[in-house]
Amino acid sequence: MYMFKYILKRIGLMLLTFFVIMTMCFVLVKLLPVVDVKVFGQDANIIKMRREALGYGKPIMEQYFIFLKSVIVHGNWGVGEQMYTGSEVIDIFRQKLPATILVNVYSMILSVPVGLLFGIYAALKKNKWQDHFISTSVMIFVSVPSYVYAFLIQYLLCFKLGWFDFIMAPCETLSDYLSWTTFLSLIPAILSLSFGTIAGFTRYTRAELTEVLTSDFMLLARTKGLTKSQATVRHALRNAMVPIFPMIIGQFVGILSGSLIIESIFSIPGVGGLYVQSINLKDYNFFMLLSAFYTFIGLAANIIVDISYGIIDPRIRMGAR
Amino acid sequence: MVLSIQELEWGLDNMNQTQFQAYQNIPQEKFTIVATQDIHDLKLDTKPVGYMKDAFRRFCKNKASVTAAIIIIFLLLFAVVGPFISKYETTFVDQNVQYLLPKSKNLQFLGWNGYSKKTISKADYIEYRAIEQELGVEVISKVYDEYTTETKMGKLVYYNTYYECKVNSYTATIMKEVQLTKEAYVALQNYQDENDVQVIYPITRMIYFKTDESVRADNANKDANGKFYSQSIYKDNANIWYRIQGSGNNKGIPAGYTNKNTYDEIKLTHDYVTSSLVSTSDDYTSKMRVSFEENNEFKYAKKVSGGNYLVRVNYNEYFEYLHGHEPLFLFGADQYGKDIFVNLAAGARFSLIFALCISAINLIIGAIYGAIEGYYGGAADMIMERITDILGGVPFMIVVTLFKLHIMDKVGTVTTMIFAFVLTGWIGMASTTRMQFYRYKNQEYVLAARTLGAKDRRIMFKHIFPNALGTLITSCVLVIPGVIFSESSLSYLGIVNLGVGGSTSVGTLMANGRGSISTYPHVILFPAVFIALLMITFNLFGNGLRDAFNPSLRGSEE
Repeated sequence: MYMFKYILKRIGLMLLTFFVIMTMCFVLVKLLPVVDVKVFGQDANIIKMRREALGYGKPIMEQYFIFLKSVIVHGNWGVGEQMYTGSEVIDIFRQKLPATILVNVYSMILSVPVGLLFGIYAALKKNKWQDHFISTSVMIFVSVPSYVYAFLIQYLLCFKLGWFDFIMAPCETLSDYLSWTTFLSLIPAILSLSFGTIAGFTRYTRAELTEVLTSDFMLLARTKGLTKSQATVRHALRNAMVPIFPMIIGQFVGILSGSLIIESIFSIPGVGGLYVQSINLKDYNFFMLLSAFYTFIGLAANIIVDISYGIIDPRIRMGAR
Repeated sequence: MVLSIQELEWGLDNMNQTQFQAYQNIPQEKFTIVATQDIHDLKLDTKPVGYMKDAFRRFCKNKASVTAAIIIIFLLLFAVVGPFISKYETTFVDQNVQYLLPKSKNLQFLGWNGYSKKTISKADYIEYRAIEQELGVEVISKVYDEYTTETKMGKLVYYNTYYECKVNSYTATIMKEVQLTKEAYVALQNYQDENDVQVIYPITRMIYFKTDESVRADNANKDANGKFYSQSIYKDNANIWYRIQGSGNNKGIPAGYTNKNTYDEIKLTHDYVTSSLVSTSDDYTSKMRVSFEENNEFKYAKKVSGGNYLVRVNYNEYFEYLHGHEPLFLFGADQYGKDIFVNLAAGARFSLIFALCISAINLIIGAIYGAIEGYYGGAADMIMERITDILGGVPFMIVVTLFKLHIMDKVGTVTTMIFAFVLTGWIGMASTTRMQFYRYKNQEYVLAARTLGAKDRRIMFKHIFPNALGTLITSCVLVIPGVIFSESSLSYLGIVNLGVGGSTSVGTLMANGRGSISTYPHVILFPAVFIALLMITFNLFGNGLRDAFNPSLRGSEE
């Protein structure tokens, strides 16, 4: 019951925060001078009509209520004004979302097992050369920015060795996205994204597992006759997973927003590229939607981590007095 | 047995009254001095160790962090001293030296010599060989492989020959055509005579480039005889050997390349042959003429509109004439002909100062905010926490964008970026301070201070805040790589451009190299290595500091 209340409270607070941020965002965007529409025939009229419907020229708060109503009731975020002129913003967003999710899912599929394995290995070999080697590499891999990997991978694997394409293969339908060629063309991007995540998981797993391995119940487990591997797998790993698992979930949500630069480097037609484009072209409708998306992702990642801590290990009460 | 103060007090309180009085009324003569010598504490053999010193000692034990600190010092030295020891200014721009490869005078044996392995077409190959003959410099140091490819287009089969060889970037594009005013032309001739160097070389123009194999299918045309020629690519290339050697089909071919496959490829003519140049004088009075000229038959300049002269120069010599030193770029040159070394140093200096400023501002705001939150607690804490919650929830990208859209035009890029970084950057510092305040504000010594009448401000900043200092310094250090990372990401994405107005940042330099990753990786390599090194060392250094200041946290994030 406590948990349920806690979750409700967290979600409520999150929604409130989200609402406040979006209000601020909206007001700040509306305070900017209105950008003229790039005109192509009929599109201009459509956009003009849409703008009138959205209450351009009225007080900002009134515009905000109109905006809220259209978003909440109709799911309508307006039309593209500077890019994808005349198309529904939400439709373009939906088109772009699969690529972003795909890259991140692949990257997680790669980095979770690898990171966990390295972490477990390092923890088991604590203070031996293997551990030092892994820890040092982790330090390096965590620190180096992902676009440096992207550059190295592009130069070495794509150009020098010619193993992969420079950019992602074009995709039209969902089956295109899941095809083997798409996967192959995504490998450089996946690798660039994964190095840092793998290192992060390794570090975290090692830290958690070493802590568990030195705790008293491990001694008890050995005393009652379990072998070292039995004790490690049955007791240590399970307990270490308690904090690791929420972190994986949080990472997955968080990585969605972290892939922005990688998407732009490898020309992945994802949400990140759309965002950068909308900023550079000053298309505020796209900007509002994508800002909402990224804000939501960020808040959701936090809350998911906190809640899952509590669910997985009821001893932990995040935010409790 | 050691008694605490409370126990002693209890003892005194419960003493028998008569006993107590007896103790009080001992006459003075009953006392004798036990010790004849002065009683004093033993002087401590060791020096007292303060908090900072202790931390420093712990830090020195951590080898990785010390190494990182040393590397950081080197990087800082590079950023500070780099612009002074370089021969170039950050404003130096010269299209004629674009994409020259890194070259060092003293480290040539390491391969740091401006050469790169390249696959070049036969036309390029002949051109490079021709330059070697004309100037007596080395362009191709080694040929690894030669191969011919076949391309079928309809009924035609095109053969393209390629050479895999090591090419010196400093001499491969050495011949340039430059336009000079009359005065500059005369001055350059005088320079030639005084220093005995040949800078100006006879002017040549290629009429067309003709081949049976059609070197470039993409813009090949057929001439009247049905042979393919391509004109546009090499039309303005000054790097074509002008000497017409032999006669007939052998014209324009460097000596030693006279087999059937080769000599039909390039057909050259001098501009002096064309009618427009024969009649005009080149106004060349210098005594320096190319050695293989027989009776002053070459023209050294072409008059162009505006009374200027188009001359063909050995650009290395010309560069020396202009700047007083030969072109030599330690880290290579980028697409504008900028020296990467000096720009990287300047960019690094900018990025570091920028990050340091932000870190300092964040520290001040965060410390004050966190102190108020933590010290007063309750409703104030609740409200202030909600504010940080909301601010912290805004993705950094949105903050930057909104700042950019609102104030970038008014206050400039750098100020905008500082605002953007500061707006959300202090939250981490504030929460660190808040935590420390919660930990210490109810301790006895704070109570004691309050009892003695210390004001809130004094308790906050004299008594509690120093406890948070170690952690805060650590987070300050760790903020620096974070800021540099975000800044370079934003520059790399093109959302902000800190490269305006002569200033530059590491991210801008990397963004410059994006377009030429496969052809000229050195443009992006050096900034990338620098930033990677910076991030690694700062993180190691910061972690070392954290362990040193806060031994109980050691390894908590490792």
